[in-house]
This record gives sequence, C-alpha cells and structure tokens, in this order.
Amino acid sequence: MHPDRLWRSAEPRKSYEVVIVGAGGHGLATAYYLAKNHGITDVAVLERGWLAGGNMARNTTIIRSNYLWDESAGIYEHALKLWEGLEEDLGYPLLFSQRGVLNLAHSLQDVRDGVRRVEANRVNGVDAEWLDPAGVKEVCPIVEVSPEVRYPVLGATYQPRAGIAKHDNVAWALATAASALGVDFIEHCEVTGIEVSGGRAVAVDTVRGRIAANRIALSAAGHTSVVAATAGIDLPLQTHPLQALVSELLEPVHPTVVMSNAVHVYVSQAHKGELVMGAGIDAANSYRRRGAFHIIERQMAAALELFPVFARAHVLRTWGGIVDVSPDASPVIGLSPVENLYLNCGWGTGGFKATPGVGWCYAHTIAHDEPHPLVAPFTLDRFTTGALVDEHGAAAVAH
Amino acid sequence: MLLIPCPWCGARDEVEFHYGGQAHVAYPEDPSALSDEQWGRYLFFRENPEGDFAERWSHSAGCRRWFNVVRDTRSNRIKHVYLPGEPRPVTP
Ligand SMILES: Cc1cc2nc3c(=O)[nH]c(=O)nc-3n(C[C@H](O)[C@H](O)[C@H](O)COP(=O)(O)OP(=O)(O)OC[C@H]3O[C@@H](n4cnc5c(N)ncnc54)[C@H](O)[C@@H]3O)c2cc1C
Ligand SMILES: [Zn+2]
Repeated sequence: MHPDRLWRSAEPRKSYEVVIVGAGGHGLATAYYLAKNHGITDVAVLERGWLAGGNMARNTTIIRSNYLWDESAGIYEHALKLWEGLEEDLGYPLLFSQRGVLNLAHSLQDVRDGVRRVEANRVNGVDAEWLDPAGVKEVCPIVEVSPEVRYPVLGATYQPRAGIAKHDNVAWALATAASALGVDFIEHCEVTGIEVSGGRAVAVDTVRGRIAANRIALSAAGHTSVVAATAGIDLPLQTHPLQALVSELLEPVHPTVVMSNAVHVYVSQAHKGELVMGAGIDAANSYRRRGAFHIIERQMAAALELFPVFARAHVLRTWGGIVDVSPDASPVIGLSPVENLYLNCGWGTGGFKATPGVGWCYAHTIAHDEPHPLVAPFTLDRFTTGALVDEHGAAAVAH
Repeated sequence: MLLIPCPWCGARDEVEFHYGGQAHVAYPEDPSALSDEQWGRYLFFRENPEGDFAERWSHSAGCRRWFNVVRDTRSNRIKHVYLPGEPRPVTP
C-alpha cells in the first residue's frame, strides 16, 4: 500500500454481502456505519468517477437541523448530534465549526414562518432563537439591516449549533475509517444495470463486470433515477444543476452562516478565507454539472445587497453539481419495490448536513431490512398516501 | 445560459422564458376514477431521463406563448422545437 494513501483502492470481487452504489458522503457514511454499528464488513462501494467527486466535493457545507416538521427535525438533529462527536469518533480533523446560522426574514410572511419554525424547533429540542434586526447585526456585523434596501431584513431565525465543516476531510475520514474496517472502495466502476430475478435484486452490472450482492443500496444522488430505472423503479425525482462560487481568500470578516430564501443567496466564510456562496437550482432538468450564468449573476446581486462590504471581492471560481430534487423537498429513504434493493435519494440541495445521520439510519435499514425509525416517514409510498413531509417553507434554498 | 428558439420570435436568451417541465402530461379525464396510486403518479412522477427530454417552455417575457422542446439533458443541446398539440418528433 502506498504510504500516503488513506484508504485502499480495491479491485472488484465477484460478490459482496452489500454493494453500495455511489461513493459520495452518504455512501461512505453508510459503509462506515454498516461496518462499525452492524459488523457488516463484506461491503463494496462502487463509484463511477473518483471517491467523493460528486456533490460531496461541490456543496457549500452548511450544517443545520432547524427544519420545520417533526420528521425532518428527527433525522437532521440526529445528524447534528453525530457531527458534534464525529471528529473524535473518526480521529480526523473535519474543521467542524459551530458558528451558527441565520435564516433571514424579509417579509411579514417570512417573519411569521420564521417565528413558527423557532417554536417548532424548540418543541423538538432543536436550539433556535428569533432575532430582531439589531440582534442580527450583533451576530453578523457585516449584514446590511437598514430599512433603506430593496428587501430589508425584518429579523432572522438563529441556530447557534449550526455551522460548516470541510467536506473533503469528511469524505477522507469516513473512507479511511471504513477502509480500516475492511470495506472495499472501487472507483471508475459505473453501475450500468441492476439485475433483478424473481423480484429480488441479485447483482449489479458495471463497466468492470458483474458483481453479485445480497443487498444493493443506492446512494447515487443526481443519477438515482437512471440507476433505479434499470431495476424497473420510477422515482418522483427531477435532476437539476445547482451552483456555488467562492471569492479569493480574504481576512476573516464573516463570523457565521447567513441564508436568505427571499433573495436567494447563502454565504459563509471558509477557514482558508474564501467567501462561499450558493444559489438556487437551474429551472430546467439537466445532468450537465454546469449551471446557467444568470443564476450566478442574480446570486451576486443578492449577496451585494445584503453585504455591501463584498463589493470589492472577486469571484475566483464557480462550479455546479447535479441534485435530485423531490416534490416535497424531503428525501426518499428505505425499502424499494424490489427486494434487497434500498433507496437513499431526493436530498436535493441539502443532503450534506445529513451525512452521518443518514449513513447511520441507512446502514440500520440495510442491516435489518427494515427502515430505521428516524427514516420511516421518508418512504416512497408517501407519494401515494399523501403523507408528505413538505419542507419547502423551511427549505426553499435549502442547504 | 440556454439559447432557446421560440417558434414565433426566434432565438432568445433563457432569461426570457419560463420552464414548464415535462411535456405531454395530460390532466386525467376522470380524476375521481383514479386510484390513489394513479393520482399520485399524475401529481408527483415525471420522467427524468439522462438524454432526450420533451419539455415545455413559455416565452414569458416575449410573445407569452407556450411551446415544446426536445433537449438532450446531457449536453443541453436543443434538438427539436414544436407546437403544443403536435406529437413529439422522432429523432432519427
Ligand atoms: C453547489 C451545491 C451546494 C450544496 N450545498 C449544500 C449545503 O450547504 N448543505 C447541505 O446540506 N447540502 C448541500 N448540497 C447538497 C449535498 O451536496 C447533497 O445532497 C449530498 O452531497 C448528496 O449525497 P452524496 O454526498 O452521497 O452525493 P454525491 O457526492 O453526489 O454522491 C453520489 C455519487 O454517486 C456516484 N454515481 C452516480 N451514478 C453512479 C453509477 N451509475 N455507478 C456508480 N456511481 C454512481 C456519483 O459519481 C457520486 O460520486 C449542495 C449541493 C451542491 C451541488
Ligand atoms: Zn416568443
């Protein structure tokens, strides 16, 4: 083994107990907890590109759990609690920084929704406060709170335990830990089909040959529709580009995370010093990991209005990922219509924060062939029963 | 940004248009006759191909008319533009 390599790059074997499709954060965390919590180590994680080169490498790393509904608070708060012990658990620096998140309100309706969400959060044991404009200014002095601007800040929800982490470190730490427990990571191994026999998933076809598995767990984010279709499963997902950008490295100016659904921008400052900004999705479906320029332009306009101090900053780099958007802005996790085939998708624009939580619960679901209680509400079935977990209010530009 | 050929106005920037999602999704003729599953499929399930996709656009900042497009979602290349009510063109 190369001394500098953190994990083993494996050659595919003929069969595994569990095959995970997609080595993003969710696939890696699932493999780690399968091995750690359930003793299942005969696991391969198959990745069409390179390890964690998808949305895991492209997201703006915002972590929070201040969602409206009980079901969401359950899974996101479970994740946040795991984040709080993850550096120690994995023995690797993740640059997890609980610098808080402000979700700004710019209209009376925003204020009502925000206050309601704060109350709902508290009932669910999620830390939450409502701040007036002066309180916002105190937490983040560079936010423009004067009533003069086009969309004045009328207040904000504040979750002090929210924050950011270094996405690449998270992926490397999970891969290192899972690899040490015996999990195989196989890169450049695109899954081209799922073999179903008598209603059971029995193997995957890959560009590197057929691999048999007793259990197959999808974690392919923007490509889940394509992979699931090979097993005859239709999913209520639409794949859209989502973009983000960074400025050059600047002195520390921005102490927290600021999100604004109304003006469509969210900003934090990474440890190195770059301002990290994200926007909304491109309207049209696309599998091209490149979004339209007008989205970036609008996002910059919004950022400048909220943070006049950014006027002299330069855009260093923009990029895009493709995200799997569900009708109610909540994920689909659990069993599928095909036996031994499991689903984890629909995280859309906001799945990074869930990484350890979903890995924990998805591993449980796969190990027991039964949904973990925290993901049980997120069935595919809810699009028939109507029991949606509608997070559009809390998550219009969810991250 | 896409350059979208409106059948009436010619090629214009994407910012002039509004996206309408998958084309050829008809409102069910007798909604109350549908099962929950059929109704759920009508409401929530749309095609999501990596490849050719028939979709609707409205030229909202121009002539304000709707039309259909076949676009390859891998490259964003527009292959066909046709009118609502016309069948989806067959790509050779
Ligand atoms: C610009 C941007 C900003 C974002 N910001 C935030 C944020 O601030 N906070 C937040 O919580 N979330 C954010 N997200 C969303 C978050 O990144 C995703 O929800 C999350 O990463 C999805 O889980 P994942 O890490 O497993 O996905 P991915 O890293 O995309 O993993 C899926 C993997 O599956 C692989 N794959 C696909 N098809 C196949 C196949 N056929 N065979 C083998 N492998 C396959 C892909 O190559 C990919 O590596 C953002 C996303 C983007 C694009
Ligand atoms: Zn027109």
